[in-house]
Amino acid sequence: MNQLFAASDPLFNHGTGDWIVLLIVLVKILVGFGALMTAVIVMIWFERKAISDMQSRIGPQRWGPFGLLQTVADGLKLIGKEDLVPAEADVFVFKLAPYLVVIPAFITFALVPVGGTLHIAGHVVLLQMANPPMGILLMLAMSGISVYGVMLAGWSSGSKYPLLSSVRASAQMISYEAALGMTIVTVILVTGALTTHNIVLSQGGGIWHWNLIRLGFVPFAIFLIAITAELNRPPFDVVEAESELVGGFHTEYSSFRFAIFFLAEFMNTITMSAIMVTLFFGGPAGWVPPVAHLKWVFPIIWFLIKTSIFCFCYIWFRAALPRFRYDQLMDLGWKRLIPLSLGWMLIVAGFLISWRWGLLMFAAVLFAWIVLTRAFELGKTRESGPERVLPTVGERPIPGRVIRRLSDEER
Amino acid sequence: MIAALSYSWPSILVFAAAAVLVLVGALGVITFKNPVHSALSLIMTLFGVAVAFVAQQADFLAAVQIIVYAGAIVVLFLFVIMFLGVDRKEHVHVEPFVAQRPLAALGAVITVGGLIALMAESHWVTGVKSVSTVGTALATGQANVHQLGTAVFTTYLFAFEATAALLVIAVVGAVLLARRERVLSSEEVDE
Repeated sequence: MNQLFAASDPLFNHGTGDWIVLLIVLVKILVGFGALMTAVIVMIWFERKAISDMQSRIGPQRWGPFGLLQTVADGLKLIGKEDLVPAEADVFVFKLAPYLVVIPAFITFALVPVGGTLHIAGHVVLLQMANPPMGILLMLAMSGISVYGVMLAGWSSGSKYPLLSSVRASAQMISYEAALGMTIVTVILVTGALTTHNIVLSQGGGIWHWNLIRLGFVPFAIFLIAITAELNRPPFDVVEAESELVGGFHTEYSSFRFAIFFLAEFMNTITMSAIMVTLFFGGPAGWVPPVAHLKWVFPIIWFLIKTSIFCFCYIWFRAALPRFRYDQLMDLGWKRLIPLSLGWMLIVAGFLISWRWGLLMFAAVLFAWIVLTRAFELGKTRESGPERVLPTVGERPIPGRVIRRLSDEER
Repeated sequence: MIAALSYSWPSILVFAAAAVLVLVGALGVITFKNPVHSALSLIMTLFGVAVAFVAQQADFLAAVQIIVYAGAIVVLFLFVIMFLGVDRKEHVHVEPFVAQRPLAALGAVITVGGLIALMAESHWVTGVKSVSTVGTALATGQANVHQLGTAVFTTYLFAFEATAALLVIAVVGAVLLARRERVLSSEEVDE
């Protein structure tokens, strides 16, 4: 077992038996958990403040300086509320679902390198909670698991709107996971490593080595869009579209369990900002001033600055962009992002071998793009089935009968 | 033939935990009345297998196990169950096949017998004998993904491409079967 862990984390070079190693791991986990919780509290406050500034409101201001303790007050209020379980609910799954969302959110954060390395009592300590050999793939796995939380929450509520919401959520998250995975493959191709530590190391040589520039912006753009959809954040929040679905998949949740969903959403927002910084912006890389004993602090500060910028971007999206329609969302995912990410991956792989292969791949992708565009054009003239037009209310559709399209007046 | 290898306590514990996860999950899949609960048990089984993969240092396989099986396939199962509303108790006393129970028993006997034969012939955990004749064991200290990639795209290229073609055929077939289409006239398209 020891050699298994030592392969990726230098802390375990001398085995896992040492109690200091155990203590370091424990401290890392506790500090990481505390930091993430604090970050969530600040993030919720920041979101509310920034949104209210953008909407010419004041926002929270009563609790603590600048309303900073508003989140704590809200949390206490939620815990004090009655814990309801609907009569129609599947009790076990209903209670399980929030944890299926929050635990993956925390595990994903464990992968993020927040700083460089430290030397404590003869041990090399990476400033990240864990650096497993499967690295960034664990993030994909965890985002796959968090789909269950959302799905099962909606299903187990035994209520219609949450069920609709969770069906939407599962379809959306599955669709965008493909594009997400493809861009991560592009990153792995260039960095040649799976572990987040090595991904960050390979971007160490200044701003021109960041994957954002090395990969030519497109993978970052795809990743940003896909991860926003994966997070169900605006403008892709059809999962909890208030005007259509009441409160979305957690409509029936109250008290602490609702608080967990809320917490997980913001944890995910922060974690995914951090993952984006790790994959495309060199993680904690940045200029370090020549101060003798504080050199390890500056990477952390760089990391925090970069991550906060993305957190702000999410808030900005929410304030600025109207919600996508569900079919537009699916079109964007399947017809644009997945082909684009696949094509870009081929081009990057080609250029990694030689520029000739790169150009060849570019030509091939261009050709494929033309074919695909033509296919979409053809597809527009062919509609699938008569179920495209909904029958009028109170009338059963009869098989074989031609159902006419509704004209604009009737609609 | 049980090889006299010495295992350390942590790895035995990990194996036991994985085995419990796999077996309890598998039992749950076939005993739960509610299909959603069965699907959840299936996820537990898949997690157990992933844990076993990690314990065998096959990190990439473990990740793929979770991403593909737990993250995509079982989600689709659940999607269908939720979408079609089949989450009600099935009529288990009506058998769709006449001889399904004896046939199932026969299948179980063949499978278990095959496994026992395999265990008797080769290493009881990994079935080393069958693997070692095909290629060399994975070199230690080299990245999982690198070795797997090399194997898949050189030695097993044909099998890999054949699998890919099979999947594409299945997808095209499913679309062809599920899609009823009609051609709109040009003025309808313009609307």
